[in-house]
Amino acid sequence: MLGTVYAVLFYAATAVLLFGLVVKAWTYGRIPAPLRIPTAPAPKTRAGVFWRMVREVAFFESLYKSNKWIWLFGWTFHMSLWLVLARHLRYFTQPVWGWVELVQPFGTYAAFTMMLGLAGLWARRVVVERIRYISSPSDHLMLALLFGIAVSGAMMRFVAHTDIVAVKSFMLGLMRFRIGDLPPDPTLMVHLFLVAVLMMVFPVSKLLHAPGVFFSPSRNQVDNSREKRHVAPWSAKLES
Amino acid sequence: MAAEDTDVPQLSYPLEIPKLKCGAMADSSPYAASSAHQADLGFPGELLPDWKQRALAKIKELAETNRAFQVYLDACVKCGACTDKCHYFIGTGDPKNMPVARQDLLRSVYRRYFTFAGKYFPWLVGARDLTKEVLDEWYSYYHQCSQCRRCSVFCPFGIDTAEISMAAREIMDVVGKGQKYCNEIIGKVHNIGNNLGLQEKALRATLEDLEEEIEEDTGVSVRLPLDEKGADILLVTPSADFFAEPHIEGLIGYAKVFHEAGASWTISSYASEAANFGLFIGSHENMQKVALRIRKAAQDLGVKRIIFGECGHAWRVAYSFLDTLAGPWDFLDPNFPVPQHICEFTWNEIRKGTLNIDKSQNDHIKLTFHDSCNVARASGMGEEMGGQFEIPRNILKAVCNHFYDMPRDTIMESTLCCGGGGGLLTDELMDLRVKGASPRMTALKEVTEEHGVTHMAAICAICKTQFSKVMPKFGYDMDSILSVHQLVSNAIVLAGQDGVDDENVKEASVTN
Ligand code: SF4
Ligand code: SF4
Repeated sequence: MLGTVYAVLFYAATAVLLFGLVVKAWTYGRIPAPLRIPTAPAPKTRAGVFWRMVREVAFFESLYKSNKWIWLFGWTFHMSLWLVLARHLRYFTQPVWGWVELVQPFGTYAAFTMMLGLAGLWARRVVVERIRYISSPSDHLMLALLFGIAVSGAMMRFVAHTDIVAVKSFMLGLMRFRIGDLPPDPTLMVHLFLVAVLMMVFPVSKLLHAPGVFFSPSRNQVDNSREKRHVAPWSAKLES
Repeated sequence: MAAEDTDVPQLSYPLEIPKLKCGAMADSSPYAASSAHQADLGFPGELLPDWKQRALAKIKELAETNRAFQVYLDACVKCGACTDKCHYFIGTGDPKNMPVARQDLLRSVYRRYFTFAGKYFPWLVGARDLTKEVLDEWYSYYHQCSQCRRCSVFCPFGIDTAEISMAAREIMDVVGKGQKYCNEIIGKVHNIGNNLGLQEKALRATLEDLEEEIEEDTGVSVRLPLDEKGADILLVTPSADFFAEPHIEGLIGYAKVFHEAGASWTISSYASEAANFGLFIGSHENMQKVALRIRKAAQDLGVKRIIFGECGHAWRVAYSFLDTLAGPWDFLDPNFPVPQHICEFTWNEIRKGTLNIDKSQNDHIKLTFHDSCNVARASGMGEEMGGQFEIPRNILKAVCNHFYDMPRDTIMESTLCCGGGGGLLTDELMDLRVKGASPRMTALKEVTEEHGVTHMAAICAICKTQFSKVMPKFGYDMDSILSVHQLVSNAIVLAGQDGVDDENVKEASVTN
C-alpha cells in the first residue's frame, strides 16, 4: 500500500519535473533574443562564453564579486547539494559506479555543510533588512523545504537508520516499473515526500534559475556584433 | 524648481549601504508626454479605457518575443546580491530603487497573470493584480532607473534591470502613458534629424563659427564639413556636441584629429544625431527608425566608413545593435569595423604617430576618467575584450601628464552612473539626479583628497551635461567635467600652428 502511494507520487513528480523543465527550456530556446545584450566586457568567442558560463555555474563568479557572505552560503549549499545528490546515485544503480563509491564519504558529511549554507541564507533573509524586504512567503518556504529534506535525510544516516536495502530495492524496482514495498519509517516518508514536492515545484518556481542561467542573454552571448549580423525573425519582418 | 530643495546626500567612501527609507522617492515622477508627442511615435495620446488589457497583451508579447524578458522575470532567486548595487538606492535609500525590488514591480504582475504559482497562489509568491496604482508606481520607479546595467554585472544570472525598465516603459507607452522628455526628443529626430531640432541652416552656421574659432586660436584652418558628398568618413555625433559645453570642445578635438590625420570626413544634416532615445523607451521600432537615418545618410553621401562621436548610449546602439537594426553595411569599406568609435580612430593615430602632442598643455589639470555605463557595460572598443576601458585611458595618458583612476570598485565594469542617463536628464527629476550622482561624486572626492584630482573626463554627452549641472552641488566647478577629445584638442599642436602654444610650452618648462 505504502509502496504504491509513493510509487504514484514519484512517477507523478518525475513527470512534472521532466515535462516542466523540457517545456521551459524549449520555450526559452525558442524565444528570440532580438538584440545583442551581453554584459560587457564579454568574451569575443564561443569558447570564451563557454568558460564564462563554467565560471558562473561552478564558482558563482558574479556572486563572488557581489557579496562574499551570500556567495559563501550559496556556494556551500549548492556544492554540498551536488555531493549529496551524487551520493544518492548509489540507491539507483546496481552495481554502484566506482566514482559514486568515492564520493560516498564526502556526500555523507555534505549534509551538514548543506544545512550550514541553508541556515546562513535563511538567517540573512530574516536579519538583513534589504533581503527581508524582497522576500515573499515562498522564499521562506523554499528554504524550509530544502532544510526539511536535509534534516530528515541526515536523521536516517546518523540517528535512526532506515532499512536502506529495502529502499534501494524499491527504487530499483520503480525504475523498471515494478512497484515493491517501502519500510514504514516515518522519517523516510517525510524525506521522500518533501523530495517529491521539491521536484514538482521546480518548474513553477524560482528554481527555474537553474535552466535560466544558461539562457541568460547577458551571460551567454558572444561580443561579436560588429563582426556578425544578428537578426531575429520578428525584427527581420519590420525591415522591409 | 525642485532642484533647490534637494538635500544633497553626504556619503563617504567606501560607500555605505543606506537604511531603508520606504516611500522616500514615491513622489518622483517625470512630466507626462502630451498627445502630440505620443502621436509622433505612434503611441496613443492618453491612457486608454482598455489600458489594462492592452498592458497585459503587451507583457505577453514581450514574454514571447524577447528571451531576456521572460528569463529574467523567471530566474530571480531573491538572493539580494544586487540590492546595494544601484546608485539610486545608495543615494535615496528607497527600497524600491533596489534593482530586484524594481524588477518585482513588474514581476509581481507577470506572475499574477502568466505563471502557475501567481495564478493560483498569488499571496505566496508576491503576485498582484494590475491596477491604476500599480501603473503609477511603474511610472515613478521605472523612471528612477538609468538603465545603467550595474546590477546585471553583480547578479549571479546576469539579470539586467535595464531590460525590465525598458520593457515597462514600452508597456506604458502603448497604453498611452508616455514620458515627455524622451518622447518629445524622439519625435524631433524623426521630424528634423536631431534631439535639439537643430535645422540644417543653424547647424551649418554653428560649424562655420567653430572653424573660425579654431583658426583664431591656432592660425590653422581646420574644416568641419557638412553634407560633403564623397567624403570617406561620416561622423555621427550627439547634437549636444554642436552647442553645449564641454561637448563642443570635444567636437573641436575630433576635427583637429581628422585634420592632422589627413582624413576626409563629413557630418550629415540628415543624421545629425548619434543619440537614440528609442533605446530608453524600449521601442524597437523607434530605435530602428532613428538608426535607419544613419544608413540613409551614409548611402546618400557615399561614405566608406562611419565613426561615432562621444556618446554613451549612442555607442551601445551603434556597437551592439546598428548592424541588426540598419545593416548590412556591405556598401562600406570592409577593412574597417562598422561603426567605429572616435576614440578608436584617435588612439590609432596616436599609435601611428601622426599627431604632434604636447602633453604639458594639460599640466594645469589633474585628471580622472568616468566610465560611462553604456560604453563600459554594454559595448566594446578595439579588438580586445575590455578595450572600452583601455583605449580612452590610453588616449588620456598620452595627452595628459597627471592621470589617476578612482577606486576600482567604482570604475570600469563596476562604474557608477552619472545619475542622469536612460532618459532621466530632465529638470523635473533634478532631485533624483543629484541623489543618483552622489555615489560617483563620493568616489571622485576620494581621488581629489588623495591625489588632488581637479577634473574628470567622460565620453558621453549625457554624463557631461549631467555632471556640469550637479558637480557644483558637490563643491566642484561646473567646468570640472571635460570631454576626452577636449584634452586631445588642448594637447595637439597642429602642423603650422603659430606662436601662442609655444609660449605656453616655454612657460611650462620654466616652471618645471
Ligand atoms: S540598471 Fe542601473 S539604475 Fe537601473 S536598477 Fe540597475 S543599477 Fe539601478
Ligand atoms: S542578484 Fe539577481 S537573482 Fe539575486 S536578487 Fe538580484 S536580480 Fe534576483
